[in-house]
Amino acid sequence: MRLDRSGGDVAPSLSFTFDGETVRARKGETVAAALLANDIRLVGRSFKYHRPRGIWSAGPEEPNALITLGRGAAQTPNQRATVQEVYEGLEVSSQNRWPSLKTDLLSVNDLAAPFLGAGFYYKTFMWPRAFWERVYEPVIRRAAGLGALSGAPDQEPYEKAYAHCDLLVIGSGPSGLMAALVAARAGSDVIVAEQDHALGGRLLAEVEEIDGAPAADWVAAAVAELEAAPNVRVMSRTTVTGVYDQGTYGAIERTAMHVADPGAAPRQTFWRIVAKASILASGAIERGIAFANNDRPGVMAAGAVRAYANRWGVSPGKSVTVFANNDDAHRTARDLAAAGVTVAAVIDPRADAQAIGDYPLFSGAQVTGTTGRLGLTDITIRDASGKDQSVWTDCLAVSGGWNPSVHLTCHMNGRPVWNEDLAAFVPAPDAVPGLFPAGSADGAQSTADCLRTGAEAAIAALEALGQTTEAPALPKAENGFTGHTPFWLVPGKKRAWLDMANDVTVKDVKLAAQENFASVEHMKRYTTQGMAPDQGKNSNVAALAILADATGRTIPQTGTTTFRPPFAPVPLSAMGAGARGKGFAPERFTTSHTATEDLGAPFVEAGLWYRPSYYPRAGETTWRQSCDREVQMVRNAVGVADVSTLGKIDIQGPDAAALLDFVYTNMFSTLKVGKVRYGLMLREDGHVMDDGTTARLGETHYVMTTTTAAAGQVMQHLDFVLQALRPDWDVRIASATEQWAQFAVAGPKARALLDVVLDGPIDWAAWPFMSCGNIGVAGVPGRLFRISFSGEEGFEVAVPARYGEALYRLLLSQASVLGGGPYGMEALNVLRIEKGFITHSEIHGRVTAFDIGMERMISAKKDCIGKTMAARPGLLDPARERLVGLKPTGAVKELTAGAHLFNMGAEAVRLEDQGYITSVCYSPTLGSFLGLGFLKSGPDRIGETVQMVDHLRGVKTEVEVCNPVFFDPEGGRMRG
Amino acid sequence: MVSLVPKSPCADLLPLAIAETTVSEVVPEAITLVAPFKGKKKTVSDALKAEVGVGFPAPGRMTGKQDARCIWVGPEQALVIGPAVSPDGAAVTDQSDGFAVIQITGPMAANALARLTPIDLRRDHFKPGHTARTLLNHMTCSITRLGAASFEILVFRSMAKTAVHELTEALKLLEGRAKLS
Repeated sequence: MRLDRSGGDVAPSLSFTFDGETVRARKGETVAAALLANDIRLVGRSFKYHRPRGIWSAGPEEPNALITLGRGAAQTPNQRATVQEVYEGLEVSSQNRWPSLKTDLLSVNDLAAPFLGAGFYYKTFMWPRAFWERVYEPVIRRAAGLGALSGAPDQEPYEKAYAHCDLLVIGSGPSGLMAALVAARAGSDVIVAEQDHALGGRLLAEVEEIDGAPAADWVAAAVAELEAAPNVRVMSRTTVTGVYDQGTYGAIERTAMHVADPGAAPRQTFWRIVAKASILASGAIERGIAFANNDRPGVMAAGAVRAYANRWGVSPGKSVTVFANNDDAHRTARDLAAAGVTVAAVIDPRADAQAIGDYPLFSGAQVTGTTGRLGLTDITIRDASGKDQSVWTDCLAVSGGWNPSVHLTCHMNGRPVWNEDLAAFVPAPDAVPGLFPAGSADGAQSTADCLRTGAEAAIAALEALGQTTEAPALPKAENGFTGHTPFWLVPGKKRAWLDMANDVTVKDVKLAAQENFASVEHMKRYTTQGMAPDQGKNSNVAALAILADATGRTIPQTGTTTFRPPFAPVPLSAMGAGARGKGFAPERFTTSHTATEDLGAPFVEAGLWYRPSYYPRAGETTWRQSCDREVQMVRNAVGVADVSTLGKIDIQGPDAAALLDFVYTNMFSTLKVGKVRYGLMLREDGHVMDDGTTARLGETHYVMTTTTAAAGQVMQHLDFVLQALRPDWDVRIASATEQWAQFAVAGPKARALLDVVLDGPIDWAAWPFMSCGNIGVAGVPGRLFRISFSGEEGFEVAVPARYGEALYRLLLSQASVLGGGPYGMEALNVLRIEKGFITHSEIHGRVTAFDIGMERMISAKKDCIGKTMAARPGLLDPARERLVGLKPTGAVKELTAGAHLFNMGAEAVRLEDQGYITSVCYSPTLGSFLGLGFLKSGPDRIGETVQMVDHLRGVKTEVEVCNPVFFDPEGGRMRG
Repeated sequence: MVSLVPKSPCADLLPLAIAETTVSEVVPEAITLVAPFKGKKKTVSDALKAEVGVGFPAPGRMTGKQDARCIWVGPEQALVIGPAVSPDGAAVTDQSDGFAVIQITGPMAANALARLTPIDLRRDHFKPGHTARTLLNHMTCSITRLGAASFEILVFRSMAKTAVHELTEALKLLEGRAKLS
């Protein structure tokens, strides 16, 4: 209910829906505050037993009140009602219930609770094995659940960003604000990250004075000072989620989750913040007490109850009771009573507890049970004398003390340290280099201590950055409410919840111990305590205490489980922002791309490049028709293909030839200027890395060509050789791939086409096969290489890329006059298979020069990378799978790439495998399917027939083993 | 005699302006990769000063101004942007057509880059004349600060479209964010 406060609270001005029902709310409220203001206590169903659940906390640690926002593609599940701010038209749905929140059929699980304890799944769903994935998992997933995505792609914009600072202050309660003020005044470059939309932390939720005025005034002044400081960046709605090496912090910002019309703004932003030092002022999280049926809607954290009253003017109940073992929680009774709410009882297990206000106090007493199916109605109090009495209450505020939020200090393998006085874990000293814990995250108990340790941490952090700062005058603040006595559970037979997020009870933890899952990490896996969604923020320490008791150890002996990033959930849509669809990787386009698009060619991705598959013409209905035509066009007239995607590496310097002799198997120092040579490159392990041609443009100047796919790898390889293996060589390498637009011109009419395009006249006798040189191309300085990947007389003509599109269009228009035109990757592939030329389909990383019949290319006159390793006996075994050509001879006249080869009559099983097919095509030139593949002792078996079996596509045929060069084996056509 | 019409890498893509921040293409006279041979850095630097008035830059730095500048791009490597150069003692490679040269200027320039590159772009750390080889989201690039709110980005020519797309998306999100409050 809303409290009638004199402070001038505005009337509810906006409305949102919860499970379709309209709820009135005030701007600045969380969904949880608005629901409580409207007396809605039941907000969800529990994970396993489908128990009715309400709001427990007032912050991001919330275990119960998980909601789904919106619907359709953009629906966002598993948001915390205690974090989500309301806005006009917000659609909120509860989760894990069917058909409705009040009548959930799966609450039958609760009746089966005796069978559903810890380890239930492990004991029950053992067999049959085939049921694991098909039956058990779907059933369990449906029964035990959280919210769901819609299944449709979410098109909402998300964002990723980087930030840098000297000092990152995590949290903006009294210690965070104080630390930020000290650092800001010292001129340090500060980022303050606060998960809430408002700065102030607990000071926004407490009735306290600082320097004699309401704490809120001090907060407002501090925030104003920070926001005005040019060296401070305040990031609200931003939760630091992870700590990584060298001062890198992950953070998630709920950028536009709080507005009705976010427009083009990112919904959430995933930040990577790099800070020289940081202050951890993440505060503390209140823990509960385990007692029978302590999970009903209306049972809440004591600090949360007064936060709703003090910050939002909302009382979570009409008649509030408090069950706590510490002085701090008495403030809840005091504050609610002061606000005019009935405080029916304060139950404190400490015999010496004192009331701090006008409310009935039961000292030395305990709460032993609760009633109320869909919401709390009564509690049973056992007083100091052991007498039970029932008290009507619709809100029980519980506190078992506070756990410092040490999670971030554990992200780099630090383990928190048990502090006996506080009965809590505190950060280990220097758990994260450059991270300084302060305030209640470090165990401070009062506002005065928080302010002091915040200032001290800032001074220490600045000192670590080499800056001396004087201690500031500290504001006067609250210094009481620190008394407490550890109290974990009220013994009893009924279920007492520890982990409400995962439905883990005291009994489950004891059962784990009894079944010898006594290590804390084993207990966690066995019971699921401390797993998603709250990651044990609320229950961890209490569960440890009970495990310690059950195993006869102390809490420090028991230890904690491992806290890992992220501290709070980070949507994958934020981590992967900008990478949806084509954002996944850059697109690389050749200069001929637009002209190729104009011709209607479909594209195929080669690495990041887009290359044309084929150029469809009117009347052609399948790619094969286009491909066959293009092959015949190259064999009979002339074809043009953009080959700019091949890597080009400029190699210059006195030792350029030495480098090439070292990285290639064959000699390049003997290559004459103006000539091109094919080269083969090995890895250190003797297997083939890449192949290509290298041209010698001058005495100390070469241009190496790599395959498209291996361009980066080869560049890296050369860099490694020069930096690590032969730093003594004077040679410089540079990628020139992007500088040149290069086109293959191939076919019997290639010269005729070039005659029109090149600045002539050309003396073709001066351009024999494998020659190269500078040449004018339509008035532009270019390069010409006489090389062939098609088996026809072929050239590659290159111009600076700015002229690429113009040259391509010119070549095509002139080619058409000669009966030629463009050819795509499909035709290019057919042409090279007909010639037995290899690509990375063949040199796929597991083959040697010997396997592809090129062992004689490893020069005996010099050393090269991979030479020694390639000579290992196993790599020269004639029985290895070696390159052969293949032709279908059976009833089925088709070959498929990826099919395996078996001897005739052998069963087509793995043990009988003789090899595999790497490339296939239909050759219009030879009127047959052709294939390249690897066959055991292949070259020794030419003329043999083997069977081809493609188990995936269900294709079988007989194939003849042939020489891999099917067409023009003498090479007369390309030599001209 | 036919003649070939040149086309710049961002011809169909730029300029554009979002949130008072402009993204435009610069087409320099030439871009030349200069990599001095062993022991020749001083000679090359002197030769460059004589040719175009700018010396060979230290790592992470740019020398010169808008009309002729020399940007460090790697160990013993720099790009001379401006008139073509051919200093003795260095491997010289014409890269005039290899890069898209993009300038982003305006109030959102640094913020847009902070969406795409992990480097520290704060004024005190990355000053005018500072340069870095880094990432522009998924692609490698060179970023140089030209002024308080002005940066020059070099990416491979083939990736110009993706680079412009990345900058556009970053600016649109920033524009949306600015309209929130």
